[in-house]
Amino acid sequence: MAGGGRGLGFTAGLAVAVVTIQVAASSAHKVFYLTQLTMSAYAMLIVLGLALLMGYAGQASMGQAGFFAIGGYTAAFLTTFDLAPHRGSVVVSLLGRMHLLLTRADGSGGSITHVHPWAAALFAIVLAAAIAWLVAGPVFRLRGHYLAMATLGFGIIVHRIFLGSSLFGAADGISDVPALALLPGFAITGRAASRVSNYYAAWGVVLLTLWMLSNLIDSRIGRALRAIHGSENAAAAVGIPIARFKTQVFVLAASLAAVAGVLLTHFNGGIGPSDASVMKSVRFVAIVAVGGMANLRGALAMGTVLTFLSLRGYFGTFDDLVFGGILLAMMLFAPEGIVGGQLWQRLKSANPLKVR
Amino acid sequence: MLMSSDIFLQFCVAGVTYGIIYGVVAIGFTIIYNTTGIINFAQGEFLMIGGMTAVTLQRYVSLPLAILGAVAITMLAGAAIEVLFIRWLHRPSVLRMIIITIGVSIVIREIALHLWDEKSHALPHFTGDSVSALTVAGAKISPQVLWVIGVCGAMVLLLGLFFRATPLGRQMRACASNRDAARLCGINTRNMVTLSFVLSAGMGALAGCVVSPITYVQYDSGTALAIKGFTAAILGGLGSTAGAAAGGLILGLLESFGVWVLPAAYKDAVAIAVMLGVLFLRPSGIFGNAEAARLREF
Repeated sequence: MAGGGRGLGFTAGLAVAVVTIQVAASSAHKVFYLTQLTMSAYAMLIVLGLALLMGYAGQASMGQAGFFAIGGYTAAFLTTFDLAPHRGSVVVSLLGRMHLLLTRADGSGGSITHVHPWAAALFAIVLAAAIAWLVAGPVFRLRGHYLAMATLGFGIIVHRIFLGSSLFGAADGISDVPALALLPGFAITGRAASRVSNYYAAWGVVLLTLWMLSNLIDSRIGRALRAIHGSENAAAAVGIPIARFKTQVFVLAASLAAVAGVLLTHFNGGIGPSDASVMKSVRFVAIVAVGGMANLRGALAMGTVLTFLSLRGYFGTFDDLVFGGILLAMMLFAPEGIVGGQLWQRLKSANPLKVR
Repeated sequence: MLMSSDIFLQFCVAGVTYGIIYGVVAIGFTIIYNTTGIINFAQGEFLMIGGMTAVTLQRYVSLPLAILGAVAITMLAGAAIEVLFIRWLHRPSVLRMIIITIGVSIVIREIALHLWDEKSHALPHFTGDSVSALTVAGAKISPQVLWVIGVCGAMVLLLGLFFRATPLGRQMRACASNRDAARLCGINTRNMVTLSFVLSAGMGALAGCVVSPITYVQYDSGTALAIKGFTAAILGGLGSTAGAAAGGLILGLLESFGVWVLPAAYKDAVAIAVMLGVLFLRPSGIFGNAEAARLREF
């Protein structure tokens, strides 16, 4: 495994790539590419969390889109639901006294009073983490097929709740989500004018996450997680508290998915039930598999490319088929991923120019 | 809310009709699980392939021939899945197998979407039409319901007979109880695995055909069936064929009576709630042996 030094090198290289792509896109007058790259960046937060959970702790989750949706929907609901008619209630007046309410003009000339976007964001992430923590208890008593099915069931239930309840806009989802102000004059929003700044904000968050997770992997916790992946019994025998570590990683992955949900919802100005679908969860698994199960950088690189191509519509109606096919092919031929896996080693050693 | 006896019977019949289909899917899971230790997430797709193929064939040939052809084609598809994606893997991990079968199910579903379309299709009713009904003790029952119960019931009984009374069935059971011992006795365990895919594909296809006039079939109807079949399989204790059939009936009845208290939109939630309940509270199922389940590699 790479030391901290190489991790920093990759992060620096990625930062250079991020700037280069922006300069290239701007000078080629193709700034609209940055919109999809921003969306890809947020998706990568989910992927990074899942790579940690699947690749390092060895626990499959087929329900990551559920946590993304919990984050996104909570933020969307709290920043669009008009609290003005409920001013009298204890909760609303308490929020008002804590200066957590915001009044803004709505689209139709009136005004709505809602929870401050930052408070909403914080609440959304804490909520997703709390649900993950509650779910982790019973879920991690299971292994293998049963674990996969339980997380799949969780994802389906979340999808059904958002799809079925009129409070969350049923099949239409929630729209008109306001911008999330980051600094004076700068906010997370999909407006064309702030495309470049949003692109940098998104990739900044990704780089920060990658750096933190890389450090985590190289720490004692990372070694413990790999031990759990290798053999749970052996890990338990050497005194690693497996249940606690699994739960912590699960909560971390869910929180990252929720952060992605919050930010992407503010960026897109809305969220819909299709964002919570099971196929979305499977896609994230496919991306982690392509990158190499225990390979954050591989997952990030392959995931960005695939998500960007998918968002640009390059796969057309074959979108799901592409991701399903990739998932299948990867697991059949290169279960350790392309970069760094067996296939990679074989390709490397097949190079006749290589000096042995 | 009070329930009169004829409405009660109506709910029962609906529950049994769906339940027996879930039972067939659950048995399909069980057959493959027993010979391979794999949960085939693409199980529901067999019903979809069977139903859709029969609908297409039925345009050219008579209904019985179309069903026969659909079952044969689905069996071939089952064999192809095993040979292409499973047979040559050397000691795959459980995680890898899960992802492979999920990948297979997505690919089948998307190919079906492009081969056919996104609309729902149905075979004609085998006898009578969609409005004809038999009256049994005040309850109105479509003749197709009797077809479903009859065909699937006969299939389950024949399967039991096959496992008990034929040499091939005994070889499969030997393979299920101890693969290494079976191989030492000269049984070709790899072929038994292929056979288990063929068998469970064929059963799925036939069930998919008989139920399609009632439930309709479309490219993505396999997913929900797979989840319900899996729920039924673990409800009855994974690995037990009789448990799978019973689990299916219980789930079908629970769903049917669930509609009585829950909005119809949440019908699917009943199955998932049951699934999570079984997984969290009693992973060995209601008929399964908790001690034995603890030793098994799920």
